[in-house]
Amino acid sequence: MSRTGRRTGIYGRQGSAGWLFVAPVVVILGLFLLLPILMALFVSLTRWNGQGSPFTGDVPVVGLDNYTRLFSDPGLARLDFMTSIRNNVYYVLIVVPVQTAVALFLALVVNQRLLRGRTFFRTAFFFPSVTSSVAISVLFLFLFTNSGVINTLLGVFGIDGPRWFSDPRGIIHIALTNVGLVDPAAPPGWLANHELLGLSWWNWLSGPSVAMCAVITLVVWTTSGTFMLMFLAALQNLPVELDEASLLDGANRRQHFRYVTLPQLRPTMFLVLTLGLIATWQVFDQIYVMSQGDPAKTTLTPAYLSYRTAFRGFDYGSGAAISFVLFLIIIVLALIQRWVLRERDRVPGRRSWLARSMHRGEAS
Amino acid sequence: MTAGPRDSSLAARVASRIVGYSILTFFALVFLYPFVIQLASTFKTEPDAASRPLAPVPDPFTTSSFLRMFEGTDFPRWLANSFLVTLILTVGRVFFDSLAGYALARLRFRGRAAVFATIIAMMSVPGVVLLIPKFLVLKQFGLYDSYTALILPVIVDATGVFIMKQSFESVPVFVEESARMDGAGIFRTYWSVVLPMVRPALITLTILSFQGSWNEFPHTLVAVQSPELFTLPRGLADLVSGSLGAGTQYPLKLGAALLATIPVAVIFIVFQRYFVRGATEGGAKG
Repeated sequence: MSRTGRRTGIYGRQGSAGWLFVAPVVVILGLFLLLPILMALFVSLTRWNGQGSPFTGDVPVVGLDNYTRLFSDPGLARLDFMTSIRNNVYYVLIVVPVQTAVALFLALVVNQRLLRGRTFFRTAFFFPSVTSSVAISVLFLFLFTNSGVINTLLGVFGIDGPRWFSDPRGIIHIALTNVGLVDPAAPPGWLANHELLGLSWWNWLSGPSVAMCAVITLVVWTTSGTFMLMFLAALQNLPVELDEASLLDGANRRQHFRYVTLPQLRPTMFLVLTLGLIATWQVFDQIYVMSQGDPAKTTLTPAYLSYRTAFRGFDYGSGAAISFVLFLIIIVLALIQRWVLRERDRVPGRRSWLARSMHRGEAS
Repeated sequence: MTAGPRDSSLAARVASRIVGYSILTFFALVFLYPFVIQLASTFKTEPDAASRPLAPVPDPFTTSSFLRMFEGTDFPRWLANSFLVTLILTVGRVFFDSLAGYALARLRFRGRAAVFATIIAMMSVPGVVLLIPKFLVLKQFGLYDSYTALILPVIVDATGVFIMKQSFESVPVFVEESARMDGAGIFRTYWSVVLPMVRPALITLTILSFQGSWNEFPHTLVAVQSPELFTLPRGLADLVSGSLGAGTQYPLKLGAALLATIPVAVIFIVFQRYFVRGATEGGAKG
């Protein structure tokens, strides 16, 4: 609340100046954010094919058809959508824990007082996350080519690397096959014959495909640095004696970390996990550049599927419907985060920055 | 660092430092070596890049990928577009976001709380679900496939308004009061008294805006379709997935990606602490 207002007696002048100052932001956000969302909500109830304007009488209005096709009507739309959900769930399940663990580990190492050059290392680890997602995806396409850097390195350890971006096999399927439990050509009947929302149990349980694992590697590599900085900021706010806690100083230090440092990092841990959870449902750029949903739709994600359905399949209604389902998933995650952090805010201590960074973290 | 009183503790410390540096060096290689490979491959011939992908030194050294990039593709156009769009977006965002941030922090006007609540809500709207909506509105207004479409919808951002509001709130109120006593108008007070006091936040916002606009990709997908209007990320994505995509041409693609990385890299190295500030205060880039 401003304390200048009435006392200076220029409430009127401030009133018009206030609106004038916020006008550009309000107008542009209104015209290019709020209005479009409403327009898309309408389009999601139609079968607009991109020709002419969707707001004329010629466009067939189909009610909730586009939504029911995603969930209850058997068909390609549901198959693709559920496949994209499956892919994204595996992606989230791997990316979020791994990037959090890597970020925490790096923060702990960089935070050691005894080491010189920590600024350099912090910069090095953070650098990938400020660069263009498209440029980085191009670089990783090169690293993951069949005879590329990754497979050359794997070759050093005697591993024959896969053909990354043309390998649709799920890693759980591969593991089960390798231990001889199942034959991928003839999966056990109780898995292949039961289905949930149009996908067989066997398909739900595929795990991320080899191609998706390459995307996962890229994303962990780019985002760990940012989350490392958040852990680092939290570590540096801990009481001084904890700054010297070191993973490397034997059992006592380890216990110290386990029972003293880690509990104090819980708010940051929660923040990093939920920010990760929200961001991983939005993966798009990397998929667009690296795989376009291939091979065999195993890198299809809801965000990319929505784009593809609308702009490649010219079914804007279905595309918009997928967007809104994704929107709902993300909003639910954000609300859970907000709700938990609000509880935390009441705990005495300097936790308010958490709420602030949370708000900002959700943007973009 | 003084030597420990006992030999064993000294040895332990040396050992722990060696382990520490090994870990740091390993990860520094993991995070930076890909860029070394990128730089080297740009100056390699195609067979060399394919057969010795790990080698940090090109053999033979060639600049042919740059020649092909500048002569055989629309790359120069994309580069120019990127600079133009980024410049306008950065100036626009810094100006409009700080104006609005100031009003929300300091000016009393009817509806202020509602405006602020709406802006907070806007911040939680994920960009990827806006692709179809933005396309619809640009089509409807007849702006699709123009510079206006690239710029206007993203010339303000809710996050920037929020950052500026927070920092204006930390400026002591008496500063403005005395300026107003001296008869300065509201804009003048804002522009020449309060704005200079939030310089660090302004720099942070400038850098985040620059980085965000330079790297922006999804918005360009739904705003333009003519190659003359592509920015670098869009052109690069087209280069990879489009007509040139099928073949390898990796030196060319990596070179283009390298040039798309350099401006942000330079700014990052110079203004590192503002990036760090932006990340720790501003959360993940999502």
